[in-house]
Amino acid sequence: MNSKTIIPHWEHFEHEADIGIRGIAPTLEQAFEQAAVAMTAVVTDLDLVSDSKVVSIHCEAPDTELLFVSWINELVYEMAVNGLLFNRYEVVITNGKLSATAFGEAVDRQKHQPAVEIKGATFTELRVYQQADNAWVAQCVVDV
Amino acid sequence: MDTRQFIQRDETCWEIKPYGNMRVPAIIYADAQLLQDMDQKVYEQITNVATLPGIVEAAYAMPDAHWGYGFPIGGVAAFDPDQGGVVSAGGVGFDISCGVRTLHTGLNIADLQPHKHALADALYRTVPAGLGSRGRIHLNHETMHGMLTGGAKWALEQGYGEAQDLERIEEHGCMAGAEPHYVSPRARERQKDEMGTLGSGNHYLEVQRVTEIFDQAVAKTFGLHINDVVISIHCGSRGLGHQIGTEFLKDMAMSAAQYQIVLPDRELACAPLNSPLGKKYLGAMRAGINCALANRQIITHLTRQAVATVFPGIHLGLLYDVSHNTCKLEQHTINGQKKSLYVHRKGATRAFGPGHPDLPTVFKKTGQPVLIGGSMGTGSYVLCGTQESEQRAFSSACHGAGRAMSRTQASKQWQGRTLVEELAERGIIIRSPSMRGVAEEAPLAYKDVSAVVDIADRAGLARKVARLEPVVCIKG
Repeated sequence: MNSKTIIPHWEHFEHEADIGIRGIAPTLEQAFEQAAVAMTAVVTDLDLVSDSKVVSIHCEAPDTELLFVSWINELVYEMAVNGLLFNRYEVVITNGKLSATAFGEAVDRQKHQPAVEIKGATFTELRVYQQADNAWVAQCVVDV
Repeated sequence: MDTRQFIQRDETCWEIKPYGNMRVPAIIYADAQLLQDMDQKVYEQITNVATLPGIVEAAYAMPDAHWGYGFPIGGVAAFDPDQGGVVSAGGVGFDISCGVRTLHTGLNIADLQPHKHALADALYRTVPAGLGSRGRIHLNHETMHGMLTGGAKWALEQGYGEAQDLERIEEHGCMAGAEPHYVSPRARERQKDEMGTLGSGNHYLEVQRVTEIFDQAVAKTFGLHINDVVISIHCGSRGLGHQIGTEFLKDMAMSAAQYQIVLPDRELACAPLNSPLGKKYLGAMRAGINCALANRQIITHLTRQAVATVFPGIHLGLLYDVSHNTCKLEQHTINGQKKSLYVHRKGATRAFGPGHPDLPTVFKKTGQPVLIGGSMGTGSYVLCGTQESEQRAFSSACHGAGRAMSRTQASKQWQGRTLVEELAERGIIIRSPSMRGVAEEAPLAYKDVSAVVDIADRAGLARKVARLEPVVCIKG
C-alpha cells in the first residue's frame, strides 16, 4: 500500500498511570502534527478549541525520537506558560531541526473544562518509525 | 504477573535473583494477589533498575508499585557515590517532591456536618486547582531565588504560615544543597505564577474524618482521635519540577554513553553522582524539593484562610508533611557499616523509624508519620515508621493506592457528573473544574488502598495508625 493513501490520524494508547499519544501519517512531519493533536485531546475535546492564536516553535535534537520528545515538550511549555491549547499544527523538519506553527487559543476553564495538565513527554513507549505500509508513526507516553 | 518468576522470601517479600546485567537482586513487597495484579512492566522496570551502576543491596518495589517511567512508580533504590553510583531524573520523576501534608483542625465530624458545603465552597474558591488556574503570588528573580533556596522556610518568612509548622516538615521545611543557578530560565518561567496552586491529575485537597484507629498510643502522639476532622493536601513542585525533570532527562539520555552507562531503557537516563551533570541535577532537584515544600506551605496558608471564614478562630496545626518523589542523601547501615547513600524514592514515602536523628522530638518514640493518600471517595491512611523498615527497604513505604485502570478506560467507564452525584449520596462532596478529570480519577480506577497499606504493615515497611475517609474533595 502506498503511504500517500493513509489518512493522517491520531490515537491514544494505554499506560497504567498516564496516557500514550500516537500520530500516524504518510510523512514524518504529519505524524508529529497528529501526535500533538492527540496530546490536546488528552486535555480537552478538540472541537472546543479554535485556532485564533499562532505560535512559532523551533527545536532540535540528535535523533528523531529525541526530536519528537523535544517537540511535544516545546508545546507543553507554550501551553503552560502562555495558557494555551492548540488544535492544529504545521511542522517542517530539515536536518534534525524542527520548525513549526501551532494554532490555538487561550485556555478558557468554562469552555474547555480541561481534564488534566500535561507535565511533560516521557521516553516511555517512545518510538518514531515507518510501518510496513510506509506510514510514519510517532508516539510516547505523556505524564499527567 | 506470574508469581513463579519470584523466590518467596517470606509472606510479603518476593525476590528476583540477579541475572543478566543485574548487579543486585530486585525485591517486591506484596502478597500473592497484589503481585498477580501487578503489570509485568513492574518486573521489567525493577530488574532494569537493578542493573544501574553503584546500586546497593537491592532494587525495591513497594506494594502499590505500577508501571512508571524507567523506575516503576513505587520504586526505591540507593546508590553509593564511591562505587560509581548514579542519580536518575526518571528515578525521582517529573513531579519532584510531590507529597502529602495533613493538618489538624481541632473539629470533629459533628462540628463539620452542618457547614461542610460552606467549607467545600470556601476551599474551592480560595485554593486554585486545575489547568489554567493561577496563583495570587508572582515571583520575580529575587523572590524566585529565595523560594528555591528556602522552601517552606521562605514561605513562612513571606507570611505564609506559623513558625511551629517547620519542624513537622521533612528537612524542617528547607532542603539543604539547593543550587538555584542550575534551574533553567524556562523552569522559572513555568513557576512564576504557579505558587500556591494544586495542579491537576491525582492531586487534591481533602477534608477527611478519622474513621478507625489501629494504634491508640501512636495515634495519641500524632493527635488523632476517632471522628476528628483533618485536611490533607496532595501536590508537588508544579511546572518548575516538571521542567527540571524534562530537561535533565534529555541531558542524561544524551550523555549516558559519555559516562559509559549502558541503559536498558532510555527512560532510566542517569549520571554518576560525582559527575558535573549528576551534581547539577542534584542542585536543581533540591531546588525543586524546596519549590514543592513552599507550594504546600502556601496552600496551607490559603486553607487556613478558607477555613477561618467558616470556623472563625480555629487553629490548623500540621500533623506532618511527606514527599514521595525524591532522591536524598541519607545514612544507612550496610553490613554493619554506616554509609552515605543517595536514596531514590519514586512514588514511595520515607518512613524513618523510632529514634531516627532527623525526626523532631515529638516523633522520636513513634517514628515519623507516613501519610498515604487514597483515591477520591475511598480512604487514606496514616502510618508510622518502624525500626525494621531500615533493613527492609532503606526506611521506605508505599505512597498511595496506585492505578488499577488507565485514564482512557476510566473516562469510558464513568461519567464525571454521575460519579459526583453518587459520592454526594454517600456524603462526599466533590468540587472540580473538570467533570472529565473527575471521571479519570474515579475511585474504582485505583487499587484498593486498604490492601496496599495492609501489606506495607505486614511487611514491616510502616505500621498502621489511623484510617481517614473523605468528606470534601477539591480535585484539580
